[in-house]
Amino acid sequence: MALDANSEAFVAFERVQKSYDGETLVVKDLNLSMPKGEFLTMLGPSGSGKTTCLMMLAGFETATHGEIMLDGTPINNIPPHKRGIGMVFQNYALFPHMTVAENLSFPLEVRKIGKSDREAKVKRALDMVQMGEFGGRRPAQLSGGQQQRIALARALVFEPELVLMDEPLGALDKQLREHMQFEITRLAHDLGITTVYVTHDQTEALTMSDRVAVFNDGRIQQLAPPDQLYEEPENSFVAQFIGENNTMEGTIKEITGERTCLVELDGGATIAARPVNVSQPGERTRVSIRPERVEMDRSRLQDGVHLLKAEVLEFVYMGDIFRTRLRVAGNSDFVVKTRNAPDQRRLKKGEVVEIGWLPEDCRALDA
Amino acid sequence: MSDTTQTGPIPDKPATGDETGKHGEMLSADGRSLKSSLNRALRRQKLRALMLIAPLLIFVLVTFIAPIADMLFRSVENDIVTNTLPGTVEALDDWDHSVGEAPGEGVYDALYFDLFLAAEAKEHTKLGTRLNYEQTGLSSLFRSSGRGLDDVGDDYLDALEEVDERWGEGDFVYRLMTGTGPSETGFVADRVRVLEKMTSETLPGDVGFAPSEEIRQLLPATTLAYTDFATFTALVEEDVVAEEDPWEAVYVGLIEDLQTADVASYSGPEAEALQAAKAADIPLVPLKQFFADEDGDWLDPNVWATIQTYSPKYTSGYFLNAVDMQLTPDGISMRPENQQIYLKLFKRTMFMSLVITGSCILLGYPVAWLLANLPASRANLLMILVLLPFWTSLLVRTSAWKVMLQQQGVINDVLVWLGLVDDMNRLVMINNQFGTIVAMTHILLPFMILPLYSVMQGIPPTYLRAAKSLGATNWTAFWRVYFPQSVPGIGAGSILVFILSIGYYITPEIVGGTTGTFISNRIAYHISSSLNWGLAAALGSILLAVVLLLYWAYDRIVGIDNVKLG
Repeated sequence: MALDANSEAFVAFERVQKSYDGETLVVKDLNLSMPKGEFLTMLGPSGSGKTTCLMMLAGFETATHGEIMLDGTPINNIPPHKRGIGMVFQNYALFPHMTVAENLSFPLEVRKIGKSDREAKVKRALDMVQMGEFGGRRPAQLSGGQQQRIALARALVFEPELVLMDEPLGALDKQLREHMQFEITRLAHDLGITTVYVTHDQTEALTMSDRVAVFNDGRIQQLAPPDQLYEEPENSFVAQFIGENNTMEGTIKEITGERTCLVELDGGATIAARPVNVSQPGERTRVSIRPERVEMDRSRLQDGVHLLKAEVLEFVYMGDIFRTRLRVAGNSDFVVKTRNAPDQRRLKKGEVVEIGWLPEDCRALDA
Repeated sequence: MSDTTQTGPIPDKPATGDETGKHGEMLSADGRSLKSSLNRALRRQKLRALMLIAPLLIFVLVTFIAPIADMLFRSVENDIVTNTLPGTVEALDDWDHSVGEAPGEGVYDALYFDLFLAAEAKEHTKLGTRLNYEQTGLSSLFRSSGRGLDDVGDDYLDALEEVDERWGEGDFVYRLMTGTGPSETGFVADRVRVLEKMTSETLPGDVGFAPSEEIRQLLPATTLAYTDFATFTALVEEDVVAEEDPWEAVYVGLIEDLQTADVASYSGPEAEALQAAKAADIPLVPLKQFFADEDGDWLDPNVWATIQTYSPKYTSGYFLNAVDMQLTPDGISMRPENQQIYLKLFKRTMFMSLVITGSCILLGYPVAWLLANLPASRANLLMILVLLPFWTSLLVRTSAWKVMLQQQGVINDVLVWLGLVDDMNRLVMINNQFGTIVAMTHILLPFMILPLYSVMQGIPPTYLRAAKSLGATNWTAFWRVYFPQSVPGIGAGSILVFILSIGYYITPEIVGGTTGTFISNRIAYHISSSLNWGLAAALGSILLAVVLLLYWAYDRIVGIDNVKLG
């Protein structure tokens, strides 16, 4: 069954381990398979092993154990230049002594493609990233965003089926980064390329990917589409890492059903939550709730939900939303985000309000 | 608008800080122009900065720049001929060497008196040495002739003393030469200057003698010789002129003068003695004849042509000599084949420096690569090994190569022991070009590795990865991507090694033998052994020019800004 799934996969990691020093594992037992045409993002804090995975796929690092397959063939022993994988590097790695056109024609030259063919492909690739005018420039004469486009064009010019990107937008300012995120996804989808994208920026991961693999401590913590990742985190690391999140420690009091349980918070109150990776009463848990899912208007809540008293500690006006910091059940970092709607009240510091939420929005995760 | 009608120079409002001056110049608060205020404010800073570097600046100027400039100036300086033989050079002015005949009596005349003074001041041998660079044999010609100058004068004195015993007495001649009436103090001052130039010394003090105008007119040659005698006696030997016996040259001048002088009408002191001497009609020996008797070479027009060619104060002769050419009376020509060594040496220096630079690149590049790509701890260890030679004396390292490379040395022994080389045919690896190249490559290698290393450190490894991910093999990635970026390092290392090696002296001197020496060894030879400093300076100037030219070319091609030394 597993074998069948892998044989359909375009890229597959099978029980891959990696150690640099022979003592600690940087990548622990990695299993991952990607269908053709997917845009997959490896997201994780630095040192989580995501870049190592990318480098193993590119061939710059060898797996200590396990098999990496590309289109059904193991590639562990194939040198990087024979893998035919396009790659965009963090600082673009545009060759400074070559012009933009020369940079682009380099992968074609080493593939011994004829001159006229080469020129046509370079031109097409430059047009694709809207940089047709810049063929004669040196990389140093381009802005960061322009260099980024060229790096992208260079990785795509030899028409690879798989493209790897190692934090390619890290050096750009916010506005440019958002624009390039859109461009990269558009290109990847238009060309039908399979893309592995490494980043530590969760917004980037959520907005661009078909699926996101959250890395921590050498393992994939969760592999899921962005919405699922955000709304249904499988463990507290993912819940913490993706988006803003309120957590409260507590103990499982009672499992009331397959989808509900009661949690007694350390602060004293009891709330209803959805059990995710807890199974027994008495187990320690960490409940997590998104700031925008907390409701302060009683009328919008169903009857019978647990309500908690909260003291307003801080009210921040952020334009589109209000961000209110509350003390709830002993947790003074509880954040609520409310839309800046005409009927939305602006709370004052020291005010005491009642808050509540739908039980399914509150997830009881591992402690 | 009413302001514009005012024509007087006084403004209707007092100047304020932000006001613009009459010519649109910005003014500062006190009404001065902003520019001069700024300059004043910055002057203090500049002065302080200057004071900080002043000690080093003065030290460098005094001990380094000035001596080098002085040394380089010697390559064109040539005033020794005019300073030693001022009269001769003047007399030789209208002699034409192309006629192929020795100059007339007048030149020999001037030569005699010039040479006599020079011989007394012991300057004539220096001139001989100088001219000997241009024509061999002139040194001994000047030296031997200097010794015989007294003889002719002695003969005249004997003849004069037969007429009047007093001719040999100092005070008698002094009285005669001093004469009466207005005296020629300007003439004495002129001769003092001649002596000063010849001896390169300043001679203060009073001569205590001046000939009268009358006696100078009557006995011009005698006056010249006696004035020289007087100045030399008073200023150099610091004796009283009247108490010393006059030089023999005085009598030579006297006999010459007596041939034409109208002494009968002269009435100054000792006029009768003079008339008696004239009456004795002592036969004159022409000085041309005298010099011809001393040494036949004095009649050789080539000798005179050489003197004439090298009489200007500045000469291109040393430089021409340094490139195997010579300045002949007929113009510039190549030296004979068997005397040409400098061009060959320059070429050899260039060639060997290139070979040394090349082998430094070949050996240093992989080491620098390794240094730049190893983890820091091991790279540091390797760096210490690279720098190790710097902590050992240059002499020791060179001598070590002598031990290694000689025929009974370590390498030959090993090769013989391994059976690769026959004991009878041990390899000659020292005292030739091979030895110099090996030793200098070793010594200069760190100068190649360090700039290479610093440039390579700045090349991120992602470039190589990028190239490989784009499909380049290891070699293509290196050659097309890494190597072009390391070229500034190669350039910096090469220029450093090349410039250091073309001026290298100690190592080629010790291990170079005869075929492995550099131009610098020849310069050292001229400085310390042959004492031909002019030629040494010319060779050095050419070397300096070549280095500057290379530096300039490098700046144009690679750009000095790209050079990274660490």
